Amino acid sequence: MALLEVSQLDVRFALRQGEVKAIRDVSFTLERGERLGIVGESGAGKSVAAFSLLNLISKPGFIAGGSIRFEGQTLNTMSERGLRKIRGNRISMIFQDPMMTLNPVLSIGEQMVECLKAHRRISSREARAIALDKLRQVQIPSPEKRLDQYPHELSGGMRQRIIIAIALLLDPDIIIADEPTTALDVTIQAEIMALLLDLCEQHNVGLILITHDLGVVSQVTQRMLVMYAGRVIEQGPTREIINDPQHPYTQGLINALPQMATPGEKLNQIRGSMPSLSNLPSGCAFHPRCDFIKRADGQTRPACVEQVPGFVQTGNCQVACHMVAELLEDRRLKEEGQ
Amino acid sequence: MSTQASAAAVNHIPADNIETAAPLLQIRGLKKRFSLSGDFLEQLRFKGGKLVRHQEHVHAINGVNLDISRGEALCVVGESGCGKSTVARTVMGLLSPSEGEIHYDGQRIDNLNSRQLLPYRKRMQMIFQNPYASLNPRMTIQQTLEEPLRLHHPKWNRQQIADKVEEVMRSVGIDPDWGKRFGHEFSGGQRQRIAIARALAVDPEFIVADEPISALDVSIQAQVLNLLMEAQHERHLTYLFITHDLAVVEHFGTRVAVMYLGTVCEIATTATLFAKPRHPYTQALLSSIPRLEDDRPQHIRLEGEVPTPVHLPSGCVFHGRCPYANARCRQEIPQLQLHNDGTRVACHAVEEGRL
Repeated sequence: MALLEVSQLDVRFALRQGEVKAIRDVSFTLERGERLGIVGESGAGKSVAAFSLLNLISKPGFIAGGSIRFEGQTLNTMSERGLRKIRGNRISMIFQDPMMTLNPVLSIGEQMVECLKAHRRISSREARAIALDKLRQVQIPSPEKRLDQYPHELSGGMRQRIIIAIALLLDPDIIIADEPTTALDVTIQAEIMALLLDLCEQHNVGLILITHDLGVVSQVTQRMLVMYAGRVIEQGPTREIINDPQHPYTQGLINALPQMATPGEKLNQIRGSMPSLSNLPSGCAFHPRCDFIKRADGQTRPACVEQVPGFVQTGNCQVACHMVAELLEDRRLKEEGQ
Repeated sequence: MSTQASAAAVNHIPADNIETAAPLLQIRGLKKRFSLSGDFLEQLRFKGGKLVRHQEHVHAINGVNLDISRGEALCVVGESGCGKSTVARTVMGLLSPSEGEIHYDGQRIDNLNSRQLLPYRKRMQMIFQNPYASLNPRMTIQQTLEEPLRLHHPKWNRQQIADKVEEVMRSVGIDPDWGKRFGHEFSGGQRQRIAIARALAVDPEFIVADEPISALDVSIQAQVLNLLMEAQHERHLTYLFITHDLAVVEHFGTRVAVMYLGTVCEIATTATLFAKPRHPYTQALLSSIPRLEDDRPQHIRLEGEVPTPVHLPSGCVFHGRCPYANARCRQEIPQLQLHNDGTRVACHAVEEGRL
């Protein structure tokens, strides 16, 4: 059994204009020590997916269906008390903005000790020793001094190191990192990502990395999900998807990167923009932007407009696309005919 | 340089030509300090029984020299706080330089008053980073686009203005029927198109773009970047393009200036810089781009972090983090040195052949 099993997760927001389905039918698993990336543009639902794992969706949002199972326990129906034993302890989170995550009126040491004492029955002195050890692991210069400093005294990169130290504080099984390096500069970003990767490998910690940066995903994760308008549209081993994406959206996303075009030439853009979740197109949500909704004979494939695509298996990847399904079906028929 | 020649030079300007052609924009010895100590009374302190005046400054730019030729896209890259946006704003006259000169088309512009600057404002326009903040929320798109035209073409009648607005909206891919809508009704990518339309409305020849695609989603970034390149080809624009995204620079830029802590440490043509980065900071910066290809980041790790621009390090501003720094680097400020292929590098180690 996988460490974390998410199946058919459905999260909605009850707004005045009606219910908005933020994510629908999201299923994935995470094995112990595995690193999974969730990729998508803003509004694709990747952060909602991450937050709902620990039931951190606040009103008017709610989990409308599906299940999240961690070591056999169902998290989405668990009591708040039970969840508290898991949050920060077995599954911890790293957020995007390190200034917003740290409490500005507590010193770094106080925040770390507080977190340790909430989960373990230990003395302040022991807690401080553990905190110091974790600060050393994240390679912060003069860690003893940092314990008594306040967040505003530290730079962005330093703060994000502290956040990582806090996430590792109770030796969790899974770290969920929501755009952990987006607010940082490139050189600092590279260092923080390398550090996170090293620590996850050393301690055999699972990582769920949420990002819009395909470069980061391809360097850090083993498997990835691509999300579009609240649904997973492609998932599988990261290298396979990056090297040979199947879904037209994933292809478009990778081809739109400047490094995929000859300098000075036109970039391969995806036309249009992501639809708003309250006003989704019928059928495949990507069909108004898709270049492949027409068959070889020039006719629009009716399924693309009418029917939400299910997953088909190609290689080790699962893809939700009628065009890919059709290609596979054709190939199968051809093979049977022979 | 004639218009025809500049049109031909839009895409590829050989490195040696850049030195000979008269530049459109020249920045000479530019320095910009921001005071941290408030007004005169706030600066007074008691020290040892005496009243002393105490002043502190952020040294945002410390002596920058740049030339921008007609038709090229000069990209300025660097991490946050390196002064790249301050350079852009100073060039546009939104900030006045503490020291140094800015020449536009042979005319000094940094000491002009706002009335004297008016004709230049028509020729140089700016696109800002955040299209959510740069469009007036109380103006319709039509009003937003008409405003610069009314200011710069006071003699135009209503029809002429309306025609121009429609033309510029079409050219950036915005439906002219949307003119009655307000900025908040559009997505980020569309807003940035409107901001670009506003800049193009007065037919400028020079555009300063300060991180124009950083606030946008990946698939939209490609659209906006394509739009900027199209505009460059069709209107023979010259760009000063500020960004931190090196992949964009590699694609878009004719030349690149790498900035660190308010100084330019390397200027080169884009191809040369990416093929053969010379300055140790440029090398570290390039190695830290997350690439799709490698499985493992092979980046050069820099010691520590960017020092504060309030108390600048002595000598080379990069010496504290540089693996090649020696005693000379700690004392003497390196100057940009010209190399055979047109690259200029400010580094003692490169100059001495240690690197």
